[in-house]
Amino acid sequence: MNWSRLSSSEFLKAMRPFVGLFLVLALFALDSELRTVFFKGSNFKTILTQTVIVAIGAMGMTLVIVSGGIDLCAGSVVALASVVAAKLIEYNYGFLTVTFGTIFVGAIVGLFNGGIITAFRMMPFIVTLGMMGIARGISKWLANNQTVNPKTPLDSVNQLMDNSQSPLTFFPLPDGVWFAIGLAVFMAILLRRSVFGRHVFAIGSNEDTARLCGIRVNLNKVLIYTLAGAFFGFAGVMQFSRLTQGDPSVAIGLELQIIAAVVIGGASLSGGAGSIPGSVIGAFMMASLANGSSIKDWPNYMQEIIIGIVIILAVGMDKLEPLLQRHLNKQKH
Amino acid sequence: MPLNKFSQHPRLRILNVSKRFGSTLALDGVSLEIDSGEVHALIGENGAGKSTLMKVLSGAHQLDKGSLELDGGLFTPSDPLYARNSGVAMIYQELNLAPDLSVEENVLLGREPGKLGWLNLKERRRLAKDALEEIGQPDLPLDVPVHSLTIAQQQLVEIARALVGQPRVLIMDEPTSSLTRVDAENLFGVIDHMSQRGVSVIYISHFLEECQRVASRFTVLRDGKSVGSGEMVGASLNEIIQMMVGREVSEIYPRTRRNIGKVVLEVSNLAGLAKPKDVDFKLCAGEIFGIFGLVGAGRTETIRTVFGLDRLAKGRVELFGKEDTNSSPIRRLAMRVGLLSENRKEEGLLLNRSLADNLTLTSFQSVSYFGLVNDALQITTSEKLISELEVKASSASQPVGELSGGNQQKIAIGRLLHHKAEILLMDEPTRGIDVGSKAHIYRLMNELAKEGKAVLFVSSYLPELLGVCDRISVMSRGVIVETRSVMEWSESEIIEAAVGFSNTEGVAA
Repeated sequence: MNWSRLSSSEFLKAMRPFVGLFLVLALFALDSELRTVFFKGSNFKTILTQTVIVAIGAMGMTLVIVSGGIDLCAGSVVALASVVAAKLIEYNYGFLTVTFGTIFVGAIVGLFNGGIITAFRMMPFIVTLGMMGIARGISKWLANNQTVNPKTPLDSVNQLMDNSQSPLTFFPLPDGVWFAIGLAVFMAILLRRSVFGRHVFAIGSNEDTARLCGIRVNLNKVLIYTLAGAFFGFAGVMQFSRLTQGDPSVAIGLELQIIAAVVIGGASLSGGAGSIPGSVIGAFMMASLANGSSIKDWPNYMQEIIIGIVIILAVGMDKLEPLLQRHLNKQKH
Repeated sequence: MPLNKFSQHPRLRILNVSKRFGSTLALDGVSLEIDSGEVHALIGENGAGKSTLMKVLSGAHQLDKGSLELDGGLFTPSDPLYARNSGVAMIYQELNLAPDLSVEENVLLGREPGKLGWLNLKERRRLAKDALEEIGQPDLPLDVPVHSLTIAQQQLVEIARALVGQPRVLIMDEPTSSLTRVDAENLFGVIDHMSQRGVSVIYISHFLEECQRVASRFTVLRDGKSVGSGEMVGASLNEIIQMMVGREVSEIYPRTRRNIGKVVLEVSNLAGLAKPKDVDFKLCAGEIFGIFGLVGAGRTETIRTVFGLDRLAKGRVELFGKEDTNSSPIRRLAMRVGLLSENRKEEGLLLNRSLADNLTLTSFQSVSYFGLVNDALQITTSEKLISELEVKASSASQPVGELSGGNQQKIAIGRLLHHKAEILLMDEPTRGIDVGSKAHIYRLMNELAKEGKAVLFVSSYLPELLGVCDRISVMSRGVIVETRSVMEWSESEIIEAAVGFSNTEGVAA
């Protein structure tokens, strides 16, 4: 990206998630207890591991939100995927089958979302709200309404989110973190540089214009929701690895955390704006906050309040900016 | 309301007002005076500073230098409410009504009479009635929701609302942009009436004929400066246009010699689901072919059906000599047919995306390698087009929504150029843009035709069709009534044909 070509407002927008993260870290640095415990390689390993599920979900959600849609069934799909992964492991499948099988199930849910949204011209909010119940219901049904604990664990999957190796150093990072980083790079390039990515932005910015300009809007939307579903499925594999069991009632409300990460990362819920690095930083920032709060032994309700305030502040920076600019302009004269 | 027509102070005095946004000087020492009861036309191209000046007056922006006086007293509008309370009311181009509330509720919105938060319904009804009477519309129903009214009636509701505050100065920004001729004429009557009541009106419009009809004096803004002002009576339109654009009028409609080639698009018996009903026309390479019609005649629907955006019910389309009836925008674009939407904000452009993305949207492939967009190539390609089209923009990565209307339109047209369209279907390409940009677009159409491209030009503004086209068809009620070469048409004949078979109906269609 050529920074010199960006106007000041675009630059500020692109920097928004980084500024937010920096502020959070700076505040933590003021506290002597956090300074010693929080800012440690080993602790960052923990935070990164805790970021993985939301971050992978946020990659899919970013696509959807940039295209002007929303996907509320992310949490349910993660739960469904964790159950599916557990079931596949019970049947003694290997790493690749378990992972791709689970991703496939997520993608199927996304395919239904996208198909229904485009075929019947329905609001994504409504369709995915319905799918949220359906996916949750199916996962409970599949799991007989209890957790699924494979008798012979599949180590390769369990290790994805295992950060207990060498607990005092940053490296080695669990495999899941590397997967997330690799996917983030891939998705960032896909969204920002590929023709498909530009079409996603065009559809979110103005669907009519996209249609006028010969973009296959419906096909792209189906693709977007399917891809998002695949990401939620993969996040579900990570969810399984974290608990080493399939849990149909896990990840309730996760979709809202994911949406928060995406929005903190600079996306606009009306579509046409957003970025993968931003969303990932948003996810990392929320994990840092949770981690810092638990180090300080703040009660759970305090964490929730703080994260709520941070979401509003992070997005509110947009509104502060015109005020700031007016102030700067005044000073010039 | 103080009617100090004979006091030595003008109603409103604008003195040396300057306003800077970043590096651009939007207003550069603008001065003008308006007497009470005067209707003053403020004329200028887009980006000349009209809207900035109005925003300074209505308190949305603060001025950097200069001063404002209202009836001799210092006027320092710090916010819109202050301006409104001082008697300066503004009617914006886009309607600002609550569509689900009734006429009465809208007229008194924000000024509801009452005590301690309880409405005085009787008083509200009386005030609303008075306001409607004042604008000569006592018959407008008070209890129906505003969305059930016509656009013209909604505009009147908005004016009535502005009058409730007993304004001394009323600012109207392009009030007729969405009105039919008859409704516009009614509006002028209301303005005349208000001016007799002593209300000063600042009237902003692109239509100079309208300004001439309604205003007694005028001021022309160009590049943030007032470049001329005077009495409307006796001023010639050509002089005013020259002040606006700083060049001769004869340059606006250039006509170069061109060779008309083979038929590239032939449409026969075309019908859409509702409109058009039955349309035949031919378009040749190297010609500019105009379609004129009143609002609702089916011009836009015709070219949208040809382009595959609207469903085709029957008919046949031939492209470059081959039948290609069923279509979609994707297929048409692949055949180098491009469509310019009449609605650049709602459909034509991705307002929050960059100029570069908007210019290359239909053919990202041409600036990509292996499915990845090459930013540098995209930017240089766009910059070339931007300078060719003389678009005023800070860079190719600026969001297109930040540009003025004329520059936005140039970007929308630039997309067709970048796509190398051989057939250009242009729907109202000059709607709502300034004279300078219009002249540029006419020149461009000429050049395209000279290069052998086929241009279909849909418009409801006759002078431009007569000035630019080789042939003109007239549409009425979903049918092409008549087609002639431009030399064989007179303005009145075209209007007669457009109005239809009898002269009594259809004018306001």
